[in-house]
Amino acid sequence: MTTNELLFGVFPYVAVALMVVVAVIRWRRHPFSVSSLSSQLLESRQLYWGSIPFHWGISLILTGHLLALIVPRGFELWNGEPLRLYLLEATGLALGLWAAFGIFMLAYRRHTNSRVKAVTSPMDHLIVLIIGAQIVTGIWIAVGYRWGSFWGTSVFVPYVRSILVFDPKPEYVDPLPFVLQTHAFLFWVFLAVFSFSRLVHIITLPLGYLTRPWQKVVRMRETPAVYHPAAEKPLERTQ
Amino acid sequence: MRVRAQMSMLFHLDKCIGCHTCSVACKNLWTDREGAEYMWWNNVETRPGTGYPTGWEDQDHYKGGWHRDDKGRLKLTLHSKAGGLGKLFYNPSLPELDDYYDPFTFKYGDLFDTPRSDHQPTAVPISKITGEQMEIKGGPNWDDDLGGSEIYARNDLSLEGVDDTVRAQMEEIERVVFNYLPRICNHCLNPACVAACPSGAIYKRGEDGVVLVNEDKCRGWRMCVAACPYKKVYYNWGTGKSEKCILCFPRMETGQAPACAHSCVGRIRYMGVLLYDADKIEEVVSRPDDELLDAQMDAILDPYDERVITAAKAAGIDDGWIDSAQQSPVYKFVKEWGMALPLHPEYRTAAMMFYVPPLSPVISTIERNMVDLDIPDERVDFELLDELDKARLPVQYLANLFSVGDQEPIRFALRTMLAVRTYKRRQSVDGTIDASTIEMLASAGLTEERAEDIYKLTTIPTLDDRFVFPPYHREMSIEAMEDVMLHKGAAGFGSLEAPRRGA
Repeated sequence: MTTNELLFGVFPYVAVALMVVVAVIRWRRHPFSVSSLSSQLLESRQLYWGSIPFHWGISLILTGHLLALIVPRGFELWNGEPLRLYLLEATGLALGLWAAFGIFMLAYRRHTNSRVKAVTSPMDHLIVLIIGAQIVTGIWIAVGYRWGSFWGTSVFVPYVRSILVFDPKPEYVDPLPFVLQTHAFLFWVFLAVFSFSRLVHIITLPLGYLTRPWQKVVRMRETPAVYHPAAEKPLERTQ
Repeated sequence: MRVRAQMSMLFHLDKCIGCHTCSVACKNLWTDREGAEYMWWNNVETRPGTGYPTGWEDQDHYKGGWHRDDKGRLKLTLHSKAGGLGKLFYNPSLPELDDYYDPFTFKYGDLFDTPRSDHQPTAVPISKITGEQMEIKGGPNWDDDLGGSEIYARNDLSLEGVDDTVRAQMEEIERVVFNYLPRICNHCLNPACVAACPSGAIYKRGEDGVVLVNEDKCRGWRMCVAACPYKKVYYNWGTGKSEKCILCFPRMETGQAPACAHSCVGRIRYMGVLLYDADKIEEVVSRPDDELLDAQMDAILDPYDERVITAAKAAGIDDGWIDSAQQSPVYKFVKEWGMALPLHPEYRTAAMMFYVPPLSPVISTIERNMVDLDIPDERVDFELLDELDKARLPVQYLANLFSVGDQEPIRFALRTMLAVRTYKRRQSVDGTIDASTIEMLASAGLTEERAEDIYKLTTIPTLDDRFVFPPYHREMSIEAMEDVMLHKGAAGFGSLEAPRRGA
């Protein structure tokens, strides 16, 4: 097996398996451990400058990548007009720089504020490193290998799709420059550490909040006679 | 009518001596842990003062509670649902640790380990979070007994509307006045913390109204901390989960009073069941400011009323609870005697812990020889009733705390207490009750019988008089369906997992 096959053909499956299996185990057996682990109580001002740019920047960029994977044709059509290509690329780059500023602030805060340091684990440093490197390589690609939104759909999308349909084609990324390969590989690393780190909070995004009633009343007893309609339902069993 | 039961606590502020025993009992039982050092689920504030966390009543800053919008609709002050999700990454209304205080201990080891020198070794203060040496700048009751202080007392928001000369007097050394305000979670009927929680981790128990955080579902979005207008939900910086007063439900379920209430030295706390109409909650908290208090009182139901009893049974409330509601000392103070009020009803959460306003500072102002009232000695007792405006602790201040600025409910409660006190003094000192005393009682809306009842429950209640707990019937609750051995050796709260911080 070549290094290429190992890193881009086998490792992705290991990474995804780790992510899914560990997330399920953690969710079911250790729900207490799942938290955003916010440190805003300990330090607020620097967090404002770090958290908001980073989270919004990275979320929007991730959405863009996901869209490219789902509707590559849409991107190609959009980019058919140079002006629209420049617009998309400029937006992407701006968001990338915004996110980079954010993660820099967050990393700086984690290393300098003594209160935040007290709640920082080695895993926190590792994920800041992975995401930071991911953002830096992303910006590098955007600047150095122009119009990624244009060629990306024919280079990365077939590769990721080949993984998704269980017909891995690691050779698709083999001829790519080192930076591009790093960017792709770091994504799989990101997935591999996902469920072992605080990154799990991403899948707890509480969208149900939008539709639930404001108040929540829960009854302890199992006697069906006491159930009242609507909001009052029996305590969900966790075990 | 949809009847529900609420375990309510009553604080008789006239009896509070500000000893903090309640806080210490609670701290020892629940929050003596890493990440929770700064939390005081029960705290006692010196008022006027800014409280803990500092300035918690400033809802322009913290955005706690609910408000009525221009069209009279009820709105959560913190956020709309979509707006709340938008603020997950950074919550601008969240208090910071320094708004509470940096929890500290002292480096006692240095007293033993320091090498011999010409100077005494000292134990320097260190932060319980960072372990580093620190300068102590605050504590949970930093302004304890600092009545009249320029930094704390003067900045109490509830002094609004109090006459400027009176406020100036309150800062004069010989006129300084303060009272104590013990606070726990109010276990509201319309809790803002529950409404603000994006994860749906916080809920109100249907049986007894205790508001709890499901620690397994909490994801640390910390909206509850900002949304609670009383700042009684706390974020554990260690575990990344929110925590709050649980009204000692494991104790209540076994017939014991919560630790704070049980340990109360002044015996100021009472507990009992209140029945209320859950259908009315939304309407109650949507009323204009001046109707809020009456509306909430209306929603609390008479446990002797046959219709209420029938509806309660239909809602699954058993006879033991109904009987308990009839014996409830809280019901007597709140509804029968009208002496107790919720804290800051204008927050529209329908708080269910009640306070009897403090009387002592009022009477001390117009004791003979201190302030010349121009009243013949034999009339002094009676005239006190009508001199509440000369009270050292302004009635308006208490009204801002307990009745949305309306002095009438405060005056009623204070007059009731004064009348009972005078009546009992006449009875025990003079040995006879004359017509004028009966007349005085009547002017405060009291009969001799009621005055005796109030006296008994206020002054000489036994433990069983103060705490009336319903049978919880744990044998019928969810635990009966589970393997109890499953929980052996696990941490409390029914969790199978030790509460450790996740990665």
